[in-house]
Amino acid sequence: MKTSKSIRSLLIAVPVMTLMACSSGPSEAELASERNRVAAEQAAAQKAAEQANVEKVRMEAAQRLQQAQEMAQQERDTLMSMQTVYFDFDRASIKSEFYSVLDKHATFLVKNSAQTVVIEGHTDSRGTPEYNIALGERRAQAVETYLLNAGVAASQISVVSFGEEKPAVTGASEYAFAQSRRAVVVYK
Amino acid sequence: MKKIQTFCTILMTLLSLMLVTRAYAQLNIVITEGVDNATPIAVVPFGWEGEGVLPGEIADVVTQDLRRSGRFNPMTMAQMPEFPRDINAVNYQAWVDKGINTLVVGSVAELGNDRYRIDFQLIDTLSGSQLADAAPVLKDGQLVAGQSQLIAGRSLTVTGKNFRQFGHRICDIVYEKLTGQKGAFLTRIAYVVVRDTNSVARPYQLVIADYDGENELALLSSKEPLMSPSWSPDGNKLAYVSFENGKPQIFIQDIYTMNRVMITDFKGINGAPRFSPDGKQLAMVLSKDGNPDIYIMEIATRKLTRITRHRAIDTEPAWAPNGKELIFSSERGGKPQIYRVNLSNKRIKRLTFEGDMNLGGIITPDGRELVVVNRTNGNYHIARQNLSDGAMQVLTTTFLDESPSIAPNGSMIIYSTLHEGTQVLSLVSLDGRFKARLPGVAGQIKAPSWSPFLR
Repeated sequence: MKTSKSIRSLLIAVPVMTLMACSSGPSEAELASERNRVAAEQAAAQKAAEQANVEKVRMEAAQRLQQAQEMAQQERDTLMSMQTVYFDFDRASIKSEFYSVLDKHATFLVKNSAQTVVIEGHTDSRGTPEYNIALGERRAQAVETYLLNAGVAASQISVVSFGEEKPAVTGASEYAFAQSRRAVVVYK
Repeated sequence: MKKIQTFCTILMTLLSLMLVTRAYAQLNIVITEGVDNATPIAVVPFGWEGEGVLPGEIADVVTQDLRRSGRFNPMTMAQMPEFPRDINAVNYQAWVDKGINTLVVGSVAELGNDRYRIDFQLIDTLSGSQLADAAPVLKDGQLVAGQSQLIAGRSLTVTGKNFRQFGHRICDIVYEKLTGQKGAFLTRIAYVVVRDTNSVARPYQLVIADYDGENELALLSSKEPLMSPSWSPDGNKLAYVSFENGKPQIFIQDIYTMNRVMITDFKGINGAPRFSPDGKQLAMVLSKDGNPDIYIMEIATRKLTRITRHRAIDTEPAWAPNGKELIFSSERGGKPQIYRVNLSNKRIKRLTFEGDMNLGGIITPDGRELVVVNRTNGNYHIARQNLSDGAMQVLTTTFLDESPSIAPNGSMIIYSTLHEGTQVLSLVSLDGRFKARLPGVAGQIKAPSWSPFLR
């Protein structure tokens, strides 16, 4: 066991000696270059690590943004599922049961000031088309006023009345009439 | 960027609109209530001197026109005792025996190059039968019928494609001679057809047709609603409201050149355009100043004059035939009622008081009566009110009536109503005794507007 170890040492020593025999060892320039190389490698590694860190931060930020956007989108989707306010016959006043829905729209719009909405006013098919255009506008304006009072900027809201031209449900049933008497908050 | 936007807008408009396409509505007329004492009359099939078959059945057009007027009860061909081609061949007594005191006979001769000569005579068979006892009149060496039994007679040269039109013209003459009222058979109606909004790309159509539903032509097809067509007094243009740009705008379109011009694009409502009797002005409803008010625009200069100023809804302007007054619907008294404004001094007077509300008022061509949509006990019916004594008469028994428009001779009202869940056009005579329905083949049909007299 001992012999094998000394043989191994010899095996290493011989080539080294041979090398040393051929040259007079590394020059100063070679050593300096070697030091530089190591330093550069270290610097590169550090930079890579830093970049990885920045990337990580950026990714996390992007994730957070995406999450925020997803949440906003989710919020929007939720709002989209409750964008309609219904009215009583020949009335344009907002019923108290719709206050909470409109409050949610208002909160979202205040938070997202770049978001614009069109409020569409509609009526049932009773009465004349021209009168219903006027009534539909009143309904849409009632929703607009509610949102403005809740702090939404006027520039975010526009109003259009379709009167009785776009019924939600066609026909002459009370159900069709009730479904058609509405204002719809449409996100653009 | 601006250019691209403009281009995109034009492209979008082209995609959302199509000018002049086949219409799919094709109206029929179903008479739902006739007049018991309608005058019996017979229109004998016209004689034909030419190759092949007569290119268009004139007598049919005249017969249908007379029946649809509600004033006449034309005899069917099967009941006719004979088929004379002109007055000299008529056996007066045979017609008198069948209860026919008035007879239309005629003939068509081919002149070549698609030109035809049409002769017709309107005959009083009763005086004819009395004269028949005496000897026929000898005139210029020929044996001719005396003048007293000939009520009217014409000879005209036409081209083949005008056969239906000529039938209407003959009926105009017959109707005027017999009733003293000008016939309105050479007129058109404009209306809006709404097809299934889920399956049809451009479900909203603006359509014109002859008054009897023939020669239907869609002027415009759109993705978005079309409303309130109204004729210019020369019968060449229509003003209407289109939502093609996501908001209501008033357009005027020439029905022959198809040129269309946007007239208004104000914030809010741009609605209910109505040409003045001289065609130079357009009454309309705008809500740009806060709530719907009546305005008049001078078409040539686009200069606007505000007519009403009230926080209540003012809408549905309609001109008095003299052009000096407008009537309109207003909620200023609580529920909508009809008011009249004098355009020179802007003085306003309430006209209607009967029922829960009155809407959509128009004035008859003689200026004497008001036709409205009256709501009483929740039912919407067409009614008329005498402007001097204020007496109101409900004319219809249909459901959810709206948008009445009067024939230029004042004889008939066309309106929109709900029949078995579908919006259809209906007719009612001004006295309420004649009623007819004009069911279409497809879609909801509404907003009818009767043209002025056409030449």
